[in-house]
Amino acid sequence: MELQNKKEISGKVTTIGFILLGVGAILIAASFMVNKERAFFDYLIMYMFIISIALGSLALVALEYLVGANWSTPFRRISEFLSSMIPLLILLVIPVILGMHDLYHWTHQEAVETDPILKGKEPYLNNQFFFIRLGIYFVVWFLFFIAFIKNSKNQDKDGNVIYTKRNTTLSTVFAPVFMITLTFCAVDLMMSLEPHWYSTIYGVYYFAGTIVAAFASLTLISVLLKQNGYLDPRIGNDHFYSMGTMMFGFNIFWAYIAFSQLVLQWYADIPEETFWYMMRWEGSWKYVSLGLLFFHFVLPFLILLPRSVKTNLNRLKVMSIWLLVAHYLDLYWLIMPTYTHKAGLHGPVFGWNEIGFPLVIIGLFMIIFRRKSTKNNLMPVKDPKLEAGLNFHL
Amino acid sequence: MINKLINIFKKVNEDQNPWKDERSENVYAVAALFNTPNEIIHAAEKVSGDGYKDFDVNTPYPVHGMDDAMKLKPTRLGWFSFALGLTGTLTALSMIFYMNGIDYNNIIGGKPFFNFPPSIPVTFALTILFTGLTTAGVLIALFSKLPWLNNPLLDSDYSKATSQDKYGIYIKSSDPKFNQSEVENLFKSLGSSAVSLIYDSKVNEKKIKTPIFEAGFIKILIGVAIATSAITYITLNWLIFQPPFDWMVLQPKVLPQEKSKIFADGFGMREPVAGTVARGYMPYEYKGMPDSVVKLLSNPLPVNEKTLLTGQKRYDTYCSPCHGNYGKGDSRLRGQFPNPPSLLTDKLINWTDGNIYHVITNGQNVMSSYAKQISRDDRWAIVHYIRALQRSQNAKDSDLN
Ligand code: HEC
Repeated sequence: MELQNKKEISGKVTTIGFILLGVGAILIAASFMVNKERAFFDYLIMYMFIISIALGSLALVALEYLVGANWSTPFRRISEFLSSMIPLLILLVIPVILGMHDLYHWTHQEAVETDPILKGKEPYLNNQFFFIRLGIYFVVWFLFFIAFIKNSKNQDKDGNVIYTKRNTTLSTVFAPVFMITLTFCAVDLMMSLEPHWYSTIYGVYYFAGTIVAAFASLTLISVLLKQNGYLDPRIGNDHFYSMGTMMFGFNIFWAYIAFSQLVLQWYADIPEETFWYMMRWEGSWKYVSLGLLFFHFVLPFLILLPRSVKTNLNRLKVMSIWLLVAHYLDLYWLIMPTYTHKAGLHGPVFGWNEIGFPLVIIGLFMIIFRRKSTKNNLMPVKDPKLEAGLNFHL
Repeated sequence: MINKLINIFKKVNEDQNPWKDERSENVYAVAALFNTPNEIIHAAEKVSGDGYKDFDVNTPYPVHGMDDAMKLKPTRLGWFSFALGLTGTLTALSMIFYMNGIDYNNIIGGKPFFNFPPSIPVTFALTILFTGLTTAGVLIALFSKLPWLNNPLLDSDYSKATSQDKYGIYIKSSDPKFNQSEVENLFKSLGSSAVSLIYDSKVNEKKIKTPIFEAGFIKILIGVAIATSAITYITLNWLIFQPPFDWMVLQPKVLPQEKSKIFADGFGMREPVAGTVARGYMPYEYKGMPDSVVKLLSNPLPVNEKTLLTGQKRYDTYCSPCHGNYGKGDSRLRGQFPNPPSLLTDKLINWTDGNIYHVITNGQNVMSSYAKQISRDDRWAIVHYIRALQRSQNAKDSDLN
């Protein structure tokens, strides 16, 4: 059968992407003018979300090579395109650095001097080392990204197995590097918002959310492409069923990790740990916390449980959007309480100030995806595993 | 000796075994073995495509694409699993709720008796246990058509091969399209490595006693139960106190109320260092002084609904068992204990607040100090409440205005 992959994605995607980006950017600018501090926190949420999708997608690519999966080979390009955000991360981090003083309490030198705990953490939490670490993450991610994509692209020309082998070796190295950098990145950018608090499972927690988001975005885009006829007709229910299962499984993993963190701190019940949860339980934050439990875990769990949902493209689409929103909510829940607490508010804030950020994310991904898809094949056309992947059956 | 025993056992087995594999002349099914998963997929496609309904496939592991090849409808097993998983969840939650929340309240780290976080691990485990066990059980039951005890497939070379490294398919003679030679030819043309006939079993099921009611089995069951209980009893009551198994019991730590060899006074439990003040606790600087000195203390709390309600709550908990609900000294302790006096006497009405506070804090003769149980503010709240009792119990008509 002829590989059907040359149909070009409509230019409308780029147009809409730019409109969303433009509207979002204006709203963000307004948000910064009205309330700078709040906007910085919103920006951090957006930035972490982009890391989730970009890096999580690269991890999915590596995962496929690592375990030798066939079924996902026809979709690998989608993850590769999504991970193309990685080079942009370096630019996008600039506002975070500009807002460091507003975001991170440990940057306040006068506070560190009088606070024995912060003083003790100073060798790690100080400006120079923070920048060095960020630099290391970006360089490492960038190099791996370039290497993976290059090998994958080169294979499109001659179908040489050597590229698959190279990427497999690369992914064995990437797996631990990814886990370690992602953990430290989560600790540096998010956990250090509350420099007195610590949780050793924090990195895994963010990782779980990241993988859910990466699978959800992969599913969403695959379904959209399939419904508009961009994918090979052999791609069918069994492929989508597998995607749904991965999304479902990692979502349970997320809940498992979230619970592990909660139950230990709940049991030990020592003030230097529990205050973090108290901040998320005061005032109407309580409803956000409970909402997270139901919206991120309980409802998706029950909805995604039956087989029929995972093979129904429309429902799968709804669920992948749902889980992406849930991941955004998760990040909001992780980051925003620091702001509301500092501002003396006893509940979450949500208003027009927040709207621009997700718009920018959607816009950026639309533009980049369409750009990449016109320059590359939508499928790794000469990958030796592609045939098996297309003919995959449960 | 051992050989002899085995021989006896074998002989008995051979003679009396109601399960002895005797087969009738009736063909139950025609079975075929294949060597690769691709061949079996192809065979299944062909067989289902030819319109056979009563056939099944046995493979050593799940083969991708088999459902489609066999044209199977989606299984309903999931609903069994879901229902039983839910049962597991509810069982665990109600069990924990009853045990910890109702039947055996135990304060652990000041936490509420029943609580969700610590219940989740057990709930999680029971949910999985129920789901897993029943799914496996239902699967086995469906496959061997339990309680059918003599499924002809059992004990056949075909079944042995498919549980090792062969992929098998069989068509039952009950299929409307079944024709023995046709089926055999079909399998051969598909390239089967071994086509065999499976005959019906001759065992008359009605004659088989259900094995769990056989005397031998019940004897073994009782024996095992007694042995297990005995071993458990001995282990928990004797063995763990014997060296070298006593390492769990003998820990180098002081238990509450235990004697100590280390400290000169012989007490294991230590007093805090002199002058220690607990967090959130105010020491009472008039300790042991006569009433006349402390009379001057005045109540720092304002009289309002909140303090009166706190006072009432604390009074009902700590004082009413002796002094009675209304302070009349008429509790059910009357007669069993030096009678607690009424708190409504003229003497007390004329006492200053500081004086009552002093009695609560220090105690008076047989009434002991309540400073450890009741916080400073709450003691003052009780004083307000006693004043309210004194007034309400001696209310005059004019108070109604
Ligand atoms: C175990 C029973 C008991 C409890 C509980 C108890 N009391 Fe007493 N209380 C007594 C007895 C007995 C006396 C008389 C002591 C004596 O011989 O002087 C007394 C005396 C008093 C007196 C002095 C009365 C007088 O006429 O000299 C006051 C005031 C008083 N109690 C208040 C309280 C308050 C307030 C509480 C609750 C915090 C309380 N008591 C709890 C048994 C109790």
